[in-house]
Amino acid sequence: MSAFNAIGEEREIDSDEFTPGIEPQPTWCPGCGDFSVLKALKQALPEVGRTPEETLLCTGIGCSGKLNSYLDSYGFHTIHGRSLPVARAAKLANSGLEVIAAGGDGDGYGIGANHFIHSARENHDMTYIVFNNEVFGLTKGQTSPTSPKGHKSKTQPHGSAKSPLRPLSLSLTSGSSYVARTAAVNPNQAKEILVEAIEHDGFAHVDFLTQCPTWNKDAKQYVPYVDVQESEDYDFDVTDRREAAEMMYETESALYDGEVLTGRFYVDEDRPSYSEEKQAIGEMPEEPVVEQYFDDDAEWKRSYDLLDRHK
Amino acid sequence: MTDDELIWRVAGGSGDGIDSTSQNFAKALMRSGLNVFTHRHYPSRIRGGHTYVEIRAADGEVPSRGDGYNFLLALGDSFARNPSEDAYYGNEETKPLTENLDDLREGGIIVYDEGLLDEDDVEDLNERAEEEGWHVYPVDLRGMAREVGREVMRNTAGVGATAALLDMDLDEVESLMEDAMGGDILEQNLQILQQAHDQVNEEFEHTHDLQVPTGTNEEEQVLLSGSNGVAYGALDAGCRFIAGYPMTPWTDVFTIMTQNLPDFGGIAEQVEDEIAAAALAVGASHAGVKSMSGSSGGGFALMSEPLGLAEMTETPLVLIEAMRAGPSTGMPTKPEQGDLEHILYTSQGDSCRVVFAPGNIRECYEQTRTAFELAYDYQIPVMVVIDQKLSGENRNVDESFFDRQPDPDPGTVLTEDEIAEAAHDPSGKFNRFLHDTDKGVSPRSLPGQKGGHYLATGNEHNKAGHISEDPENRVAQMDRRMRKLDHIRDDLDSAEDSNQTTVGPDDADFGIITWGSSQGTVLEATRRLNDDGKDVKAIGVSDMMPFPEAELEAFIESVDEAMVVEMNATAQFRGLIQKELGRFGPKLTSLLKYNGNPFEPAEVVEGYEAQQQGEEDTPGTNTTIQPAAGD
Ligand SMILES: Cc1ncc(C[n+]2csc(CCOP(=O)(O)OP(=O)(O)O)c2C)c(N)n1
Ligand code: SF4
Ligand SMILES: [Mg+2]
Repeated sequence: MSAFNAIGEEREIDSDEFTPGIEPQPTWCPGCGDFSVLKALKQALPEVGRTPEETLLCTGIGCSGKLNSYLDSYGFHTIHGRSLPVARAAKLANSGLEVIAAGGDGDGYGIGANHFIHSARENHDMTYIVFNNEVFGLTKGQTSPTSPKGHKSKTQPHGSAKSPLRPLSLSLTSGSSYVARTAAVNPNQAKEILVEAIEHDGFAHVDFLTQCPTWNKDAKQYVPYVDVQESEDYDFDVTDRREAAEMMYETESALYDGEVLTGRFYVDEDRPSYSEEKQAIGEMPEEPVVEQYFDDDAEWKRSYDLLDRHK
Repeated sequence: MTDDELIWRVAGGSGDGIDSTSQNFAKALMRSGLNVFTHRHYPSRIRGGHTYVEIRAADGEVPSRGDGYNFLLALGDSFARNPSEDAYYGNEETKPLTENLDDLREGGIIVYDEGLLDEDDVEDLNERAEEEGWHVYPVDLRGMAREVGREVMRNTAGVGATAALLDMDLDEVESLMEDAMGGDILEQNLQILQQAHDQVNEEFEHTHDLQVPTGTNEEEQVLLSGSNGVAYGALDAGCRFIAGYPMTPWTDVFTIMTQNLPDFGGIAEQVEDEIAAAALAVGASHAGVKSMSGSSGGGFALMSEPLGLAEMTETPLVLIEAMRAGPSTGMPTKPEQGDLEHILYTSQGDSCRVVFAPGNIRECYEQTRTAFELAYDYQIPVMVVIDQKLSGENRNVDESFFDRQPDPDPGTVLTEDEIAEAAHDPSGKFNRFLHDTDKGVSPRSLPGQKGGHYLATGNEHNKAGHISEDPENRVAQMDRRMRKLDHIRDDLDSAEDSNQTTVGPDDADFGIITWGSSQGTVLEATRRLNDDGKDVKAIGVSDMMPFPEAELEAFIESVDEAMVVEMNATAQFRGLIQKELGRFGPKLTSLLKYNGNPFEPAEVVEGYEAQQQGEEDTPGTNTTIQPAAGD
C-alpha cells in the first residue's frame, strides 16, 4: 500500500480546490499578466485529473515566484533561479507526483539558465512555465535577458546593448520535447497549452508572455496575437526540428517588431523521459524511490555486504 | 619513532600505477595481521608529476602516517617531461629518488629502478647514504618487467624486491594479484614478482636489519578510506539519493555512492553544477527520500544558497565538504583545514546547521550516520567535514565494526492518519511550521500525502507556510528553529559515546587540542610525549556546531596551557573555541601547518617543546607557532 494516497486518486476535481480556503489578496499589480497563469493553471490541473495534493508546484523568486502562494497544492517557493533542480529531484524521488516548475524570465533564462538547459537536455517528465514579461518585475523594472535591444531601465540607462535571448530556440537545442508560447491575453489557448504540457511525458516548456504594466508593456501591447496553428499564414510541422527551429526564430524576432506569435512550436512524443532512460540502464528503480521508507517489507541492503573488496 | 614498524614509500610518476600497487601491498600487510595506514601524495594532473604513497605497518596502533619513512622504493617517473634541472616544474625524472630524501630514517633502505634512474643524477647519494647508514639497492626493475611482460609491470618487480629485502612472504601478494587480474597479465606479473624476489636475494647480501614486522591481529580486517567511511555510513543511514559534481577530493565519496546506490534501490545524479547538486538534494529530501550532496571548497561555495534554503524550509539534508588547500583553486590534491569558518557561517542569516568533523575512518562512518539521524529527526541540514588527508587515507578496521543494522527511518514525518488529526490553518493548509513544538521540531508531511499540503518557502513564513513578515511570528519561528541546536547538543551530550576523543592522563597540566583529520597524529604525538615522561593530554574535537561547550570548557580549565593544532594559517578552530567559550584567550597557543602536507607526529612533539620553552619561532620549516592572545 502506498503512503501517498493523494496520488492517483480517481475523482471529479473542481477547479476551486486549487483556490486556498481563505483566498489571499494577491500582491500582483492590477492588470498583471501573472493572474492569467494562475487562472489557466487552476483550470488545466482539474482537466488533466490532478488534485492539489498530488501536485508539487516549485517556483523561483520574482513576482512570478508568488504563484504557489495563490494556488493551493503542495508548493515549494525556492530561491532565485533554482526551481528546476528542486523540482526535477522531487520528481525523481516520487515519480507519482505531478511536478510543475515556474518562474520569471530573469529567473529561468538568466540566473537559472544553466538549469534550464540541463533540465531540458535530460527531458525530465515535468512542466516548466516561464512568466516572460521581458523585464525584472519584483526588483523594479531592470532589463532582463528577454528585454529587447535598446531597452532602457535604471540599470541600462543608455538602453541595453545586448540582443535578447531566444528562449524557444534555446529550449529546442537544449532538448525540450515540448515547446510552446502562449500569452496572458489569450486565456483559452493558455489553458489548452498548459493541459498539453502537463500531459506531455517529458520536459514541456511553456514561454508564457505575461505583461507587466508597471514596468514594461501593458496587455494592449500583446494584442493582436496570432496562434500559429490557426493562422493561414504559417504552415510548419511541429514534429520536425528544422521547421520548428525556423518558426521559432521567426517568432522570437517578430515579438520585437510588435507581432505576437503563439502556439505549439515543437512536439516530440517519442523521446523517452529521463526516468525512462535511467530505468533502462538500471540506474533507477521502477517503484517510486520514496515508497521504500514506508514499506515494512522493503529490503535494506547494507555496507557490510560490500566489504569483500576491502579484504 | 618505533623500530618495529615499516614505513614503505613507493614513489614514481602519476599514472604509473602506484595507487593499485600500494593498495595491494597494504592489503597484504594487513592480511598478515598488521595494522596499516596509508598516506597518499599526488599532484593535480593525470600524467606525470611526482607522486608517492606511504604505507605504515606495525603490530601496534598506527593512527597516523608516522614520521618520515624507512624504506624507499623509487620507481622513476616514466612520464617525466622536464628532465632538465631548471625546468619550470623542476626535475621530475629524479624526484622519486630525491624528494624528501632527508626524511628517510637512519638505517633506512633504498631500492631504486636503475633502469630509469641514474644515481649520478642524485647529488652525493652514496656519501649521504654512508652518513645516514642507508642501505642502497639498485635493481633494474624496468629491465625485468620488459623481459617478461610490459614496462608498467616494474611496480610488481619493485614489490618482489621489497619482499625479498624485508623477508616477507609472497603468498598474500600473489593471492591479491590473483583477485585483481587474470590471463596473461596475471601470469606475467606473478613471474616478475618471483623473479625480482629471487634475483634480489641472489644478487645482494642484506646489509640492513629492517624486516617486516609480525602482526597479531586475529580478527578479519578491512582496508578502507575516509571516503568509504562516509559513503558507507550514508548508505547504512538509509540515504537513497545523491547529487553531485566532480571536485577533488569530494569526488571519492560521490563515486562510491554513485557506484552503489542503484543496487541499493536509490538514485545518483551527476548534474550541471554544485548549485544544482545541493538544490536537487533539497528537492529529493523535500519529497521524502533521505538525500545528500557535497563538494570541496569551491563547489561548496556554490551551495551556499541552497544550504540556506534547507535551513529556512527545514528540509533535512546532509552535505559533505571535503576540504583541500585554498583559496580559490588552491592546491587541489593537498589537504588543509581552511574551510571551517566558510562551512560554519556561509549563507545569509544566522547559521542553523549541524557540523561534524570526524577524525578517522570509523568516525567518518559513525558521524555520517548520526548526521542523517539528526537531519531527519530535527529537519535541519547537517554537514560532515573531511579533507584531502582523511578522504584518501586507508586504514584497517575490524570487519565486525560494519555489522550494523541499516536505518530506514524517514524521520519526523506524519502518516496520513496523523495528518488528518493534526492542526490545519483556516486556509486549509497543513500547519507544517507550528511555533511551540517539542524540541523545536514541527510535524512534517510529504508531497502526495493526503491532507498535508503546505507551502515551503525560503521567505519567512507562518505556521502554514504563508509568507509572513509579522514581527511576532518572525521571532517565534527564529527561536524555534534555533532551539533545535540546543536539543541536538543535549542529545549529543547524553549519547553513550562522545564524538570527542581524549588521550593522556586526566590531571595533565598541558593540553593539546585539535579537530577533524589531525586527530590521529595529535593523539600519537601525545602518547609519545607521555612515554617520554611529559605530562600532556589531548582532545580531538568533532562537534563543530553545536559546539561541545561543556567538554571543551572542562578540558581547557583543567590544564595550565593548551596548544591548538590545525592545518590552516589563521587558527580558525582556536578562534571558534574563543568565540564559543568567550574566554581562555591567554591560555591558547596555536601550532599551524599549511604547506600542503599533513602534520607528522614529530612536528607536534617539536611544536610542544618549542611552546614549552616559550619560543615563538617556528620549530621546523613547515609549521608555525602563533602565540596566545594578550601574552
Ligand atoms: C541570488 C539572488 N539574486 C538577486 C535576487 C533579487 N531578485 C529577486 S527577483 C529578481 C528578478 C525578477 O525577475 P524575473 O525573474 O523576471 O521575475 P518577475 O519578477 O519578472 O516575475 C531578482 C534579481 C535574489 N532574490 N536572489
Ligand atoms: S511588477 Fe509587473 S510583474 Fe510584478 S506584479 Fe506588478 S505588473 Fe506583475
Ligand atoms: Mg520577469
